[in-house]
Amino acid sequence: MPQNNSLLKSVDWVVVIVYVTLVAFGWFNIYAANYNPENPVLFDVGREYAKQLLWIALSGVIIWVIFMTDSKFYVAFSYFLYGLSVFLLFSVIFLGKEINGAKSWFEIGPVRFQPVELAKVATALTLARIMSRYDFSFKKTSNLMRVGLIWMLPVICILLQNDTGSALVFFIMVLPFYREGLSGNVLVFALIGAVVSVLTLVYPNVIILAIIIASCFVFLAFKIQYKFIGYALFFGIIGFSVSYIAFKVLGKDIRLDLFTLVGAIFISIYLAISGLNKRLKAILPAIVFMWGAIAFTISTDYFVEEILSEYQRNRINVLLGFKDDPLGAGYNVNQSKIAIGSGGFLGKGYLDGTQTKFDFVPEQSTDFIFCTVGEEWGFAGTALVVGLFVFLMIRLVILAEKQHSVFSRIYGYCVASIFFFHFSINIGMTIGLAPVIGIPLPFFSYGGSSLWGFTTLLFIFLKLDTNRSELIR
Amino acid sequence: MNRRTIVVALIFISVGIAFLIKLFILQVYDPSYKYSAESNTRREIINYPARGLVFDRNGKLIVSNQANYDLMVVPRELKKMDTLSFCRGLNISKDELKELFREMRSKLKRRKISSIKPSVFYKQLSAEQYGYLQEKLYKFDGFFVQRRTLRKYEYPNAGHILGYIGEVGQSTINEDDYYITGDYHGINGIESTYEKFLRGKKGYEYVLVDVHGREKGAFRDGHFDIPAEAGKDISLSIDIELQKYGEELMANKIGSIVAIEPATGEILTMISAPTYDPSLFVGKKRAANFATLNQDTLMPLFNRPIMALYPPGSTFKPLNALIGLQEGVITPESKYECYMGYSVGSFHLGCHSHYSPLDLRHSISNSCNAYYCHVFRNIIDQSKNSSVQDGFELWKNYLVRFGFGYKLGVDFANEKRGFVPNHKTYDKIYNKSWSSLTVVSLAIGQGELLATPMQIANLGATIANKGRFYTPHIIKGIENDTIPSKYKTIRETNVDSTHFRPIIEGMELAVWGSDGNTAGIARIPDIRICGKTGTAENPHGEDHSVFVAFAPKEDPKIAIAVYVENGGYGSRYAAPIASLMVEKYLKNEIHPTRKWLEKRMLEGDLIHASE
Ligand SMILES: [Zn+2]
Repeated sequence: MPQNNSLLKSVDWVVVIVYVTLVAFGWFNIYAANYNPENPVLFDVGREYAKQLLWIALSGVIIWVIFMTDSKFYVAFSYFLYGLSVFLLFSVIFLGKEINGAKSWFEIGPVRFQPVELAKVATALTLARIMSRYDFSFKKTSNLMRVGLIWMLPVICILLQNDTGSALVFFIMVLPFYREGLSGNVLVFALIGAVVSVLTLVYPNVIILAIIIASCFVFLAFKIQYKFIGYALFFGIIGFSVSYIAFKVLGKDIRLDLFTLVGAIFISIYLAISGLNKRLKAILPAIVFMWGAIAFTISTDYFVEEILSEYQRNRINVLLGFKDDPLGAGYNVNQSKIAIGSGGFLGKGYLDGTQTKFDFVPEQSTDFIFCTVGEEWGFAGTALVVGLFVFLMIRLVILAEKQHSVFSRIYGYCVASIFFFHFSINIGMTIGLAPVIGIPLPFFSYGGSSLWGFTTLLFIFLKLDTNRSELIR
Repeated sequence: MNRRTIVVALIFISVGIAFLIKLFILQVYDPSYKYSAESNTRREIINYPARGLVFDRNGKLIVSNQANYDLMVVPRELKKMDTLSFCRGLNISKDELKELFREMRSKLKRRKISSIKPSVFYKQLSAEQYGYLQEKLYKFDGFFVQRRTLRKYEYPNAGHILGYIGEVGQSTINEDDYYITGDYHGINGIESTYEKFLRGKKGYEYVLVDVHGREKGAFRDGHFDIPAEAGKDISLSIDIELQKYGEELMANKIGSIVAIEPATGEILTMISAPTYDPSLFVGKKRAANFATLNQDTLMPLFNRPIMALYPPGSTFKPLNALIGLQEGVITPESKYECYMGYSVGSFHLGCHSHYSPLDLRHSISNSCNAYYCHVFRNIIDQSKNSSVQDGFELWKNYLVRFGFGYKLGVDFANEKRGFVPNHKTYDKIYNKSWSSLTVVSLAIGQGELLATPMQIANLGATIANKGRFYTPHIIKGIENDTIPSKYKTIRETNVDSTHFRPIIEGMELAVWGSDGNTAGIARIPDIRICGKTGTAENPHGEDHSVFVAFAPKEDPKIAIAVYVENGGYGSRYAAPIASLMVEKYLKNEIHPTRKWLEKRMLEGDLIHASE
C-alpha cells in the first residue's frame, strides 16, 4: 500500500512520540492516584485506571479514523460540525446532567459525553475556514463581526451551562487571531485584562492601580516621548504625596489606594492639558484606557462579589495567598502545593506518595493529577511534563508556519493555543499561580471525553500536516 | 520567521519558564512544604459503636457494655522517646516494653500490621494506665488511645448461651471485609449467631495530626467522617432467673437442662454443667482463663445441650408408641405380656418387675421394655413392608420428622445432629442379613441411636403440642428487626394429633399413677406435670439419669429435658431437677413440702464424691 507508506512517512513522528509519552505517563499517574497502599491490588477493573486504559485504546481508533479521512473533509464539513456542536451545546443546557454545578454532560446509559470537547474542534476548524478566505482581513468590520459571532455562539452556550472554565478556553483564540493580523493592542489589552482581573482578586487595590498606571505608560512609551512620562509620573507622585501628607496631618487612616487614585487624577489632568496643548492624538486613548482600567478594577470586585455564584467565587477566591486558611476555601490549593512541594527533587518514588492518596488532594485523578506527578516524580517529573508541553506547543506552532494552506496554519495555531490554555490554567492552579478553574490537563487527566477531545484536536492537525505542501480548501 | 510567531512562542516559553521557577521553589528551594506534608497526616480514628444489649424474656438486662481503652501505635510516626517515662506510665518493665516493640516489628515484617495505620500496641489499659497516659501521651509520637467497648455480664450465668467476644482471626477478615486486624467479634453463642445485629456499624472519623501526633482538627471539615451506628439490642427467650436456678441445681454435676416453651419453640433455659462465669472471658485475663477451662477434664467449655450425644433411652418410648399408633400396628388398648423382659428363643432383653400384661398407657408409666420390643417389631415387620430395610426406613423417617438425626437448626453454630442409623448402617454391620430382632434395642432408645438433650427436649415439646413444633430458638426479638423466619414456621410431624392423648396420659400416669409410677418424685402440688424417665446406658460407669417432661398437662407452658451424667435412674436426679425447674418456672417458688428435695438436689455432688 504505497499510499499508506507515504502517509506514515509524512506523519510528524516527533509530535506522535510526545503524545504517546504524555498519555502513557498520565496513565501511570492515574494508576498511582488510585493506588491504595493499605490495600494493594495490582489491577482492579473497576478502578479509573482500568477505564482510562479503555479510553486510551479507543483513542487509537479515533486516530486511525482521522488518518483514514481525507484532509478536505475537515474543511468541507467544518460548518456542519460547528452547527452540530452548537446544537449539542445548546441542548445540553436542557437535557444534560449536572455535575459539579455545571450542566455540561450528556449521559446516555453508562456513557458520558461533554459536547464542549467537540465544540473546541469544530470551532477551531470553522474559524480556520473563515479566516483562510483569501480576502479575509480583521480590518474589515464584516469579517470581524463574522469571526466574533462564530466565536461567541459556543461561548454563550457554555456560559449558560454554568461551565465557566470551559468557556474561558475560547478566549485563548486571541492568539490565532493575533497571528492572523489582529492588532497587537488587542493582545496587550487581553493580557492586561487577564492579569488585572486575576491580580485584583489577590492584591489590594493599590498595587493594581499602580500596575495599571505603569502598564499605561509602557503602552504610551511606544507612541510618545519619554519626557511626557517623566512629567506625568512627577505629577502623579505629587498627587500621591499631597494626599498622603494631608491624611497624615489630619490624622486619618492611611488609604494607599485612595492616594494612588489621587495620583492618577493628577496624571490625567497633566496629560489632558499637555495633550490639548500639543495635540498629541495618542494621549486621549491613553487616558481613556487608564480610567477604563481603573473602572474595570473596581467593577471586577463588584463582579466577583455580586455576580458570580458562591461556588465560582470560592474557586476564584482560591488564589495564591488570598485565603490562608488550610481548611477553608484555599484548602485545595494548599494541599496541592504541599503534595507537589513534598516531592523534592527526585520525588518520593512511584506509588510511594502519601499526599495524593487518602483524599488529601481533591479530584486526584482529574483536575489535580499534576500533584501526583509532583509528589512521586519530584521536580524531575514536573520539569519533564512542563518541558514536554512547551516543546509540543512550540513544535505545533513551527509546523503550523510550514503549512502551505492557511486553513491548516490557523487550525494549528488554534490547537497549540487550546493546549496552552489548559496547560497554563491546570498546572498554574496546582501550584497557586492561576485561579482554581476545573479544566483538565491534556492527555493526563482521567476521563474519556477530554482525552478524545485533545486527541482529535491534535491528530486532525497531524493529518492536515501530512498534506502540508498542498492547498487544502 | 514572522514576528508574531515569535511573540506567540515567547508567550508559551515564558509561561513554561514561570512554571519551572515556581516548581523549583516549591519542590527544591523551599523546604517548608516538605515539613507541611510530614505534619499533614491524616489519621483514621475508628469509633467502635456500643454492641447491642442483651435482655432476657422478661426484659432483664443480661449483657451490657463497659468502656475500655487500647493503646494504639502508628509505627511510621514513632520517634525517639523517653522510654523510662513510658514504662512508668504503663507500669511495665523495660524488658516488657522491649518485648512489645519486638512483637510490633515482627508483625510489621510479616505484614500483619501496617506501618501507616494504627494497630494495637497494648491492649486494655487499666484505669491508672489510662489516666497517666492521657496526660503524657503528647510526648510519645505515634501513640494514641483508642476507645472500645467490652462486654459486661450482669449475671455469672448462661456462659454457653452468650458466648464471648474476641479478636477476629485472619480467616474472618478474609471472609468479611467489615473487619480489620484488631477488631473484635462474637465467638460462640448468640454473640456469634447475632453478630451482624449486635456489632452495629463502625464509624470513621478523620483528623489531621501534626508531627507530634496531636490532633489539629477534623480532616476536610469532617466531610469524610462516617458516624458509628450502635448495635441492635436483642432479647433472648431465656428466663435468666430460671437459668440461674438451673445452674445452681446442676452444680457439682455433669449434664444439661433444656426447657422449651412448646407453643413458640422458645428456649427457656439451656444449661450445660459444669458451667463458667462469662465474665471470665472479658479483658486481659481471658486467654489465661480460657486455657484453664480448656484443660479442665470435665470440659466446662463443651456446650452439652446441643453438642453432647447420648442414647435417648426410655425417653424414646413415647415416640415409638406414637409411630405404632400412626402405623396402626397397636391401639391404646393393646396389651403385651412381660416376663421380666422380652424373650425370643435365646434372645432376652430384660425388664424390671411390674404387673403384667400392660396396656399402652401403663407401658409408658411403667417403662416396660418388653412392650416396646413388640411395638418396634410390629412397625418394622408389618406386612406392607417388603423387607426389613423398608420397614426400617419407614420407622427412621418418623424420627427424622421429629427432629432426630439432623441438626434442629437452633441458633447456635456448633449444634450436633445426633445419630439415627439407616438400613445401610446395618447392612454393613450384619452383611445384609438382619431382622427387626437384631436391632430391637432401638425400641428402648438404646443401640446406635444418639440424640442431644435439645432434641429430647424438643420431643417433649412436640408431644405437648400434639405433633408439631417450632424449631427451638433462643432469639426472642431484635431491635427494629424481625427474628429469622425459620423460627416462625411450624414444623409438622407425620403423626396425627389424635394419637397423642394416650401417650400424654401415659406420661401423666408415670408421675401421678398409683400403681407403679416411675416418676412419682416429680409431682408438684397443683401442677399436672407429665413426664417420662430414662436411663441412658453408660458403659464407662454409672448410667445417665434422664427425664423428659412438660407441664401443665392442659395447655403446656414448658417442656423440659434433663440429663445428669452418672446420675443413675431417671428418677434419681433428672426427674427431681426437672420438676423443680418446672415448679420454679410456673410457680416462681418451691412448695414447702418439696424444700427437702430442692436441698438434696442442690447439695448432690456427682463429681467430687466419685473421686
Ligand atoms: Zn416390662
